[in-house]
Amino acid sequence: MMAITMAQALNTALRDAMADDESVVVFGEDVGPLGGVFRVTDGIARDLGDDRCFDTPLAESGIVGFALGMAMNGFRPVVEIQFDAFAYPAWEQLVSHVSRMRNRSRGAVGVPLVVRIPYGGGIGGVEHHSDSSEAYYVHTPGLKVVIPATVPDAYSLLREAIADPDPVIVMEPKKLYWSKADVALPVRTAGFGNAEVRRPGDDVTVLAYGAAVPVALEAAEVASDRGRELEVLDVRTLVPFDDQTVAESVGKTGRCVVVHEAAGFAGVGAEMVARVQERCFHSLHAPVLRVTGFDIPYPPPILERFHLPNADRVLAAIDRLQWDDQPDPRWLTEVPA
Amino acid sequence: MTTSAELPAAEVVGSAAARLLPADTPIRFLDHDGRLVPDAGHGRYAMPRTELLTEAYRRMVLGRRFDAQATALTKQGRLAVYPSSRGQEACQIGGVLALRDTDWMFPTYRESMALVARGIDPVQALTLLRGDWHCGYDPHLTHTAPQCTPLGTHLPHAAGLAYAARRRGEDTVALAFVGDGGTSEGDFHEGLNFAAVFRAPVVFLVQNNRYAISVPLVKQTAAPSLAHKGIGYGVPSEQVDGNDTVAVLAVLCAAVERARNGHGPFLVEAHTYRIEPHTNADDASRYRDAAEVAAWQRRDPVARLESFLLATGALTDEDVGAAREHAEAYASQLRDRLLHDPEVDTGQLFEHVFAEPTPQLREQRRWLEEELRGES
Repeated sequence: MMAITMAQALNTALRDAMADDESVVVFGEDVGPLGGVFRVTDGIARDLGDDRCFDTPLAESGIVGFALGMAMNGFRPVVEIQFDAFAYPAWEQLVSHVSRMRNRSRGAVGVPLVVRIPYGGGIGGVEHHSDSSEAYYVHTPGLKVVIPATVPDAYSLLREAIADPDPVIVMEPKKLYWSKADVALPVRTAGFGNAEVRRPGDDVTVLAYGAAVPVALEAAEVASDRGRELEVLDVRTLVPFDDQTVAESVGKTGRCVVVHEAAGFAGVGAEMVARVQERCFHSLHAPVLRVTGFDIPYPPPILERFHLPNADRVLAAIDRLQWDDQPDPRWLTEVPA
Repeated sequence: MTTSAELPAAEVVGSAAARLLPADTPIRFLDHDGRLVPDAGHGRYAMPRTELLTEAYRRMVLGRRFDAQATALTKQGRLAVYPSSRGQEACQIGGVLALRDTDWMFPTYRESMALVARGIDPVQALTLLRGDWHCGYDPHLTHTAPQCTPLGTHLPHAAGLAYAARRRGEDTVALAFVGDGGTSEGDFHEGLNFAAVFRAPVVFLVQNNRYAISVPLVKQTAAPSLAHKGIGYGVPSEQVDGNDTVAVLAVLCAAVERARNGHGPFLVEAHTYRIEPHTNADDASRYRDAAEVAAWQRRDPVARLESFLLATGALTDEDVGAAREHAEAYASQLRDRLLHDPEVDTGQLFEHVFAEPTPQLREQRRWLEEELRGES
């Protein structure tokens, strides 16, 4: 068993899916001879043919719209958007058509389409290279949204996305592209709609996804040294969401913190908090807290380390979970004008 | 072909431009009174077969009667809204008859006439405008995409679907309708570019009916014509008198055949006019005057074709009468079928969001069921 990176696992998932099903095609900007700016499609055009993996004009709305047309006519396109924020021109196609075609045709026209989007920061990127845009897709009914945080999940969730009859947005945490694990491929991990307990614990449930998962695990190590056991849940699939595993964990621990990079206001964490307090209110010993990016456009590289959630911030939130049954002082101060 | 180290040669670019640009004037066969003009078709396009023209006539009579009925049904509240294509019959029926049944059509919300001319059940075609589900027909069975609301966004779909067909060795062609306003949208640009780069067999039919709701063409573009936009993508183009059915069919059939034979996309700009307002909710007197409408009514596509076919003996007065009777019966049947409101089934809310509902959707369906039973 070799150590492979997340990018290599994604590459192998694409190759295996294409070998299994000749209707699977891969396209986007620079995915052909270059192999993608993150090398996720490295060698695929050369090995499987430039009719199976090919470059397109620089036009994201066209890429997704063209892919939708192909998906309507017997193909299973897997398109790559080069960076998170460059998906925005494709926004109309995703929201107006990809998410609705099955619904408006009452099931006559399905859209077996995958859109792969490298997302998130921590790579020193300039503007438009570090956004966490998952909330927009999650809030669009008709799109599935999956976010691998581990190498095996990258392989398995992408394979499942390609096989899914519905459109799936696969958001790949680019900071973790070079993370490594010993994995024998192919591998099948838990399916869509299943969160995974990455580290069991009895004291606090920490919900995280993508690059926030290693952050949560790092905090859990330190917390354990201090006598608190965090149960870290990797949410993995935002849509469909695993209410059951989350509720079971919070039912056990009675305390919950949600961690994500994206801006906190109206972020996906807000939805998770709402669901936890609706379903687990009587199990809770403290309010559910969030550790997120600030409500600002993603900052430049020289400031991003102050914006991104880190283990210290997660631990600070843990400390505010009313262990002494006192109200959280943060919310007692007046908001300044 | 130049290598990347060489600059494009003048003769190569020049000859490509000549090949791609439209003729200086719109292609025409019939004058306003339905008489064949000298130099009909500019010598570039063949007269369509008589059977095709008589079929076009019958479907145009039907289409016009259907359109009038739909407008009436909207005034009676049986339809929520109806964007009429009265006056655009040559384009609506021309677009349909240039295609085989196995070819695909990509309509906008103003193509109800084309949908019924294609043989789609009118009640299925009108679900969108009736306040019912958006697409009442099966796109795969009818080879007709759902009517597109956000203008121009269906053009990349047409390119992708047609390219998919060509990849599989099929000779399917896609014809996509778009209006003068729609050519300003970004997806017009992206759809034509993709179609050209991937040599997708798509015919883009721009129905230039002079107005995007109230915005006139002169505010929409500074291009010499909408057809001239094609050269920017390497897409050959032509303008046509959009109220001359013979010309519309001649040009569209040639464009479809060209695409079918692997020569890629084609752009047709059909000059026509929207006789009715944008929809029943629009007040067209605010932006155009009655004299302009009257001038275009004198170029009526149905009357022109009828005159021509009667003069050549392809149609008799009996044929004309029969066509009108058939259309009348069609309209009457439609009226009857739309007397009742569509069925309301709340369970449909949660179906077809995904192939299988998520646990969250199943939960919400239960909540709604409880609410309706008075239990919540």
